Amino acid sequence: MSALRGLPGRAVLRRRFSPVDVVVLIAVLAAIYAVLQVGKGLTVSLSPAGVSKVSTDPSHLPYDAARSLLRMFIALFFSIVFTLLYGYAAAHSRRAEKVLVPILDILQSVPVLGFLAFTVTAFVALFPGSELGLECASIFAIFTAQAWNLTFSFYQSEKTLPRELDELSRSLRLTRWQRFWKIEVPNGAIGLVWNGMMSFGGSWFFLVASEAITVSSHKYHLPGIGSFVGAAIAKGDLGAVGLAIGVMIVMVIGVNVLFWRPLTAWSERYRYETTEATEVQRSLVLNLLMRSSWPRVLGRARLRMAERLARMMRILGRDDAPPPAPVTRRRAGDIVYTAVIGAVVAYGGYRAINYVATAPHAGLGEIPHCFALGAATFARVVVLLIGGTLIWVPIGVWIGLNPRVARIAQPVVQVLASFPANFLFPFAVLAFIKLGISLNIGGILLMSLGAQWYILFNTIAGASAIPSDLRETMDVYRVGRRQRWKRLIIPGILSSYVTGGITAAGGAWNASIVAEVVQYHHTTLTAYGLGAYIVQNSGNHARLLCGIAVMSVYVVVVNRLLWRRLYRLAETRYSL
Amino acid sequence: MINDMDSQVRPSSQSAPGRRAIVSVRDLTKHFATRDGGELPVLEGINLDVVPGEIVALLGKSGSGKSTLLRCIAGLIAPSSGTVNYRGAPLRGVNPGVALVFQTFALLPWLTVQQNVELGLEAQGVEPAERARRALEAIDLIGLDGFESAFPKELSGGMRQRVGFARALVVNPDLLLMDEPFSALDVLTAENLRTELLELWKAGEFPAEAILMVTHNIEEAVIFADRVVVLGTNPGRIRTELQIGLARPRDRRSPEFEALVDEIYGIMTDRPSAETPPEAEESGIEQVMLPHASVDGTAGLAELVLAAGDENELADLAAVVGFEIDDLFPLIDAMTLLGFATVENGHIHLTEIGEQFAGADIQRSKEIFREAALARVPLVRRIHRALEHSVDGTLREGFFLDLLQRHYSVEEARAQLGTAIDWGRYAELFEYDSARGEISLPVHASA
Repeated sequence: MSALRGLPGRAVLRRRFSPVDVVVLIAVLAAIYAVLQVGKGLTVSLSPAGVSKVSTDPSHLPYDAARSLLRMFIALFFSIVFTLLYGYAAAHSRRAEKVLVPILDILQSVPVLGFLAFTVTAFVALFPGSELGLECASIFAIFTAQAWNLTFSFYQSEKTLPRELDELSRSLRLTRWQRFWKIEVPNGAIGLVWNGMMSFGGSWFFLVASEAITVSSHKYHLPGIGSFVGAAIAKGDLGAVGLAIGVMIVMVIGVNVLFWRPLTAWSERYRYETTEATEVQRSLVLNLLMRSSWPRVLGRARLRMAERLARMMRILGRDDAPPPAPVTRRRAGDIVYTAVIGAVVAYGGYRAINYVATAPHAGLGEIPHCFALGAATFARVVVLLIGGTLIWVPIGVWIGLNPRVARIAQPVVQVLASFPANFLFPFAVLAFIKLGISLNIGGILLMSLGAQWYILFNTIAGASAIPSDLRETMDVYRVGRRQRWKRLIIPGILSSYVTGGITAAGGAWNASIVAEVVQYHHTTLTAYGLGAYIVQNSGNHARLLCGIAVMSVYVVVVNRLLWRRLYRLAETRYSL
Repeated sequence: MINDMDSQVRPSSQSAPGRRAIVSVRDLTKHFATRDGGELPVLEGINLDVVPGEIVALLGKSGSGKSTLLRCIAGLIAPSSGTVNYRGAPLRGVNPGVALVFQTFALLPWLTVQQNVELGLEAQGVEPAERARRALEAIDLIGLDGFESAFPKELSGGMRQRVGFARALVVNPDLLLMDEPFSALDVLTAENLRTELLELWKAGEFPAEAILMVTHNIEEAVIFADRVVVLGTNPGRIRTELQIGLARPRDRRSPEFEALVDEIYGIMTDRPSAETPPEAEESGIEQVMLPHASVDGTAGLAELVLAAGDENELADLAAVVGFEIDDLFPLIDAMTLLGFATVENGHIHLTEIGEQFAGADIQRSKEIFREAALARVPLVRRIHRALEHSVDGTLREGFFLDLLQRHYSVEEARAQLGTAIDWGRYAELFEYDSARGEISLPVHASA
């Protein structure tokens, strides 16, 4: 231990530049250069027609892919900023919490793809004559796919902050800024990183869907891998689609290896002592980075900056909350607050219904119509879940119970879950046309291309967490296969399975918006369902609003009636 | 006791005659709100001064509110009535003159030892260079030299708590508050750390003027303190204050030391008149609180006492099984409540029925337990009667929880019902279905 002693930084000064440092330096410079080059395109003016050309020339693919990747990271940045602000507000203000948390709960269930038409028009109007509007709309779509999950995770970690850390902060009279960055954010770091990785993987789908979009009769395109595929599909160029799929796989894996794996391994240091790590995360890239001297050099620069910032932020005050106000006064405030919120909600609801009722080509008759369409889509989601469960749960259990297989399969499944399934649509559609399958049935398959992996992924995680002593017990007493499933495996994986099921169902609802109307070359297939309704009415805001609202109702109601109850049962009765 | 040692008891050079209290607590009460708007007293009528140069130990069973009192003094929670004064001025918000050492260490695992220690200085706006100098000084003082760049994960429990001490002492608090600081450590580590801390205190190098510590360990209190304050339970009141006049370092095996420990054991096990339960037969569920004791533990202690014969000093019994008093007291309370034993002056005696219970086989001991529980434990009797009068011999647990929450906090109500269910199940008085939350009469009895 005494080797660690000495003046801070002495070790850095004494060290020579090693080859590792050079590698890291070059990699960083190259990355900066690439970002600058790609970023230049963000504000390019639109051509007079309002549409930039999309080519399917393979030589454009790397640039397009880089633009897409940049979009993903910009969205991630905004998601994190949003998460910290929203989560902090929800956790620290009793009254804000009452409003912010339900909003977040609803936002999580709303099919965000349905909003694209709204947001594209709004952002384009905000930046006329520039691609920046489209760019913002696309980033916003990705943001909506990433942010809610992250925010919930941070809010949860804020609410479950260990009591002694709260007392520590107050007894040392830390500044609010200090408490936030030294205690609250680190305490939530592991949740943020893991949820960030999951949400990031899920948002590729939205990237692809948001780059090329048609609103009313306007076709909008952004340079990106999604537009590239869109153009290739329109041309019927399966070779180009295949190429893009290859690039996409490389990107998904690359981001995982170079960004998320190192981050998850690094975030292990933020584990609070009372919770144990189930398995140690390792990353070669992180090891390489840590062996170079850059982290220490940059770390000291960061410390100086942080010191200055912390000094400025003393203005935000200390963490010594005044004694709570008298209950009567608080109660009076609560009543006023509730009344105001209630009035705003009631007025908004009235206006929305009024809008649907009076808008041209709409009317209250749309609402039952939407519910009928929704029932069709709901039926598809149910079939998908049952099918996915029957196929993937046994396979997932088999993988999960074999640690060696699990170690290989887990990252593969993760990539499969991240891979935007809409890339594969053309091949499936081609098959449907050839075989004469209606999209009413085929749509289920399209929706499941992306959604089913969550079931598999979570089942593997649940099965591998079943303690080996319980499995040995089953062996010792020669428990048969049926009884083993009934008494050990199903109860053991239930809570993970529910997590996977709820994610898969949410993904399937979202996917219905792109899976119920598909085009290939000159053929358009349409299914009867709410997703198709939303796409077809992207120009009619009243109908669009109605469609999205009904879909949200379906998602929220099923979550409440089915998934939450199952989850509570799993947590109370079957937690291991 | 031994008054000529008085000068050695207060080694701190800062102390002067006629010292003014650093912290003084006046008529403090603390209630927690129950769910139906009632109030649950935790602390009542507390008056306490801590003056420079003394070490005070707050001793009590679990549920005596000793940690609550410590947090009131730290200003982390506000008292329901009464005041906490710091240097004569009533406290508003967090006490600026104290630092707190936690039972669970409460170190930030993402910061190094030095960064952890600097935390409080940073909050005060001390410059980085000065911060580092003072932190290293504190680290050195507390014997952590060489560990300043280590992360808490790399340290053993004892080393971690040293970081906790360094972090508290580096801000030079007037009063150091310690919340069971040694109870998460193994016996040897705790002993070592206690000794080192006392040596620092005695050498006059201690950065704090006084220490107030919460403990449930009687020997620890006698080893450490100049004054031991014993808290009673339900609600917590100060039962006794004892001056410990023994010279330091104190010898655990000296007769004076052992006499003091026995005396405190006696104080803590004897019920003062105010806490004596009224005749059990007609008393309500609010008057007789069930101790958090398992049937197995109670039976085990009964057998142990039976085997011990005349060697029935509680202090010795605790030592034999390696128990902390927090583990032992609920079992003793269960035995006295059930009428299996009586306690006097720190000695435990089995009653006639207690001897039968200890010596019986499983079925017989269940019978004895059943009779005792029905006769002397109001909650068990109440549940049993309610079930007998119900239509189908089944009632929801929520019914009893609501009843209990009129008198206890939500957690305590759960704990009370949990113990009653445990006892009732053992006595075969009723059954419990946790999935449905239902309590019912055993099948053979309800028919």
